[in-house]
Amino acid sequence: MKVLLMGNPNVGKSVIFSRLTGVHVIASNYPGTTVGYTHGYMKLGEKPAEIIDVPGTYTLEPTCDAEEIASRMLADGEVVINVVNATNLERNLYLTLQLLEKHVPVIIALNVWDDTKHRGIHIDLEKLRLLLGVPVIPTVAVTGQGIKELAESIPHAISLDLPVRSRDERWAAVGDIIEQVQRITRRHHTWTERLEDASVSPLTGGAIALSILAAVFFVVRFIGEGLIAHVFDPLFQNVWAPTILKVSSFLGEGGLLHDVVVGKVVAGEIDFVESFGLLSTGVYIPFAMVLPYIIAFYLVLGILEDTGYLPRLAVLMDTFMHRLGLHGYAIIPTLLGFGCNVPAVLSTRILESKRERFIAATLVSVAVPCAALQAMIFGMVGAHGGQYVAIIYGTLFVSWIILGFILNHATKGFSPELLIEIPPYRLPSWQTVFKKLWMRVRGFLKEAIPIILGAVAVINVLYFFGIFDAIARFTAPVVSDLLGLPKEAITALVVGFLRKDMAMGMLAPLALSAKQLVVGSVVLSMFFPCVATFVVLLKELGVANMLKSAGIMIIAAFLAGGILNLIL
Amino acid sequence: MDNRKLISLPMMRPGQSGRVIQIRGGQGMINRLNSMGILPGKKITKVSSMLMRGPVTIQVDRVRVAIGFGMASKILVEEE
Ligand SMILES: Nc1nc2c(ncn2[C@@H]2O[C@H](COP(=O)(O)OP(=O)(O)O)[C@@H](O)[C@H]2O)c(=O)[nH]1
Ligand SMILES: [Mg+2]
Repeated sequence: MKVLLMGNPNVGKSVIFSRLTGVHVIASNYPGTTVGYTHGYMKLGEKPAEIIDVPGTYTLEPTCDAEEIASRMLADGEVVINVVNATNLERNLYLTLQLLEKHVPVIIALNVWDDTKHRGIHIDLEKLRLLLGVPVIPTVAVTGQGIKELAESIPHAISLDLPVRSRDERWAAVGDIIEQVQRITRRHHTWTERLEDASVSPLTGGAIALSILAAVFFVVRFIGEGLIAHVFDPLFQNVWAPTILKVSSFLGEGGLLHDVVVGKVVAGEIDFVESFGLLSTGVYIPFAMVLPYIIAFYLVLGILEDTGYLPRLAVLMDTFMHRLGLHGYAIIPTLLGFGCNVPAVLSTRILESKRERFIAATLVSVAVPCAALQAMIFGMVGAHGGQYVAIIYGTLFVSWIILGFILNHATKGFSPELLIEIPPYRLPSWQTVFKKLWMRVRGFLKEAIPIILGAVAVINVLYFFGIFDAIARFTAPVVSDLLGLPKEAITALVVGFLRKDMAMGMLAPLALSAKQLVVGSVVLSMFFPCVATFVVLLKELGVANMLKSAGIMIIAAFLAGGILNLIL
Repeated sequence: MDNRKLISLPMMRPGQSGRVIQIRGGQGMINRLNSMGILPGKKITKVSSMLMRGPVTIQVDRVRVAIGFGMASKILVEEE
């Protein structure tokens, strides 16, 4: 049996999906979190039922891609669980009535039931059931209240096949139902509501945005540094290093196998960044340099996502983003990109037009460094002084703006208008925040570890046979003359195609000056997406646009790197 | 229209309420607004607008919706 979870965006479908199936999906407090669809299974009586988390939709007359997908999926659903936001019955019931006009059995999950009381909303459940004619189950997805009843009601879904109405008739019918079942008691504005409005007003909004972004930056650094200094580094220095040295002497302190497994050992010491063996650098970079920042970044992002602040940032940034050929909502893929460019490119689907998606994906790939790369930049460039880190971020920011301007003028078409629902502020539920953090951290480890270890092994072998020297001689003109880097830096650029954190690590043994590190970091950030991003770009943009995008990246990287080399 | 005074969303003051009378846009735009509950007859309250032709935020029913400046200018409201 196929069960579809359908409803407006941001009503709790994904949380209900996780509750029903045990499959964890990312849920956030803004519309458009679920752009593809996810499916999972639950036991329904004896047989398993397939549950599908359909992207949110306001209507079955599709007005955007996500809604297009939603209405197409309806065609082969056997039961629909219509998730309805109880705090906003008016708007949600429109879709409900549309669903009831289709030949499909429906039950209704009246979600966010917990919020109705303090918002002064009273809903007469019995009457609502009577008027709609299908089962209505109040639920609180975040606590799990009502989920069991919901699951038990699936077999009782009812197909009404109401006659198809016109839009105006449908809205009139919604108005009728609301009149009879909902009563609103007046109450005072709460402080969160005041804050909600302050953050979309020009002056206060700007101040709030700046404070939040500053706070995010400092908290991420504080947690990241803290984890490195107090947890991961001590662990590696005191526990892991002696262990590897034993392995080293066991392997005879030299030779190909030794160099691949342990790396270079200088004067009986392991240098975790430079030794470049599987057990030294191969483990140290992902765990001790990058993981702490991944944890810090995704913890803070998760909290920010669940509060409901991000759509407000979109409103604030809208005018500016139009100059870059985008609208305000493109700020969401951009922010996600600071974690990892892969989900960022995927989330460009929340933008309406092909043109916007191309611009947004290209801008993210060029100017938004992922958390792994940033962690390495902090670790390696930060050691030379904060001003160098600032130059890197400044360069990327300026490139973002300039490239956006150019793409806006060079790409045919115009940027569509912003039209988004602004969710209320919520205190994040710690359970969702930590679940989401764990999913993302696990995703990082699963992606990164095999590639990093594989790369370390292969690179060692290539070094051993002198392959890189041959390449380095060949590319020296560009790398040395244009960018002012030692010709061996080409290996880092090549590895950057696999993973950028790894590539930064390969710059370490070259004893670069601060200026060279800045150039190297900027070129690595901009010049080519890592292979994982490359694959999603190809999928999302198609071959032709992907090539265009890649060409832009290469040109932008060498321009920025060359200019920095000249002026620094 | 009789002597009712119609103004567009960007021209309303924050906090001011009104009733939507007309949406002067193509079918696509009307459909999108409609599905979010913004249609002739609906009572709305303006929350705020951003400077420099930024989006207008309104409250309709129990939801806040942000609407780009160009689209907002095409929504005509009768003041209350
Ligand atoms: N207070 C409250 N919040 C909820 C409830 N269900 C979901 N949420 C929150 O609403 C937001 C949207 O949930 P999500 O599942 O991503 O919505 P979707 O877009 O419909 O998939 C998240 O921040 C959830 O934590 C609920 O029953 N009560
Ligand atoms: Mg979802």
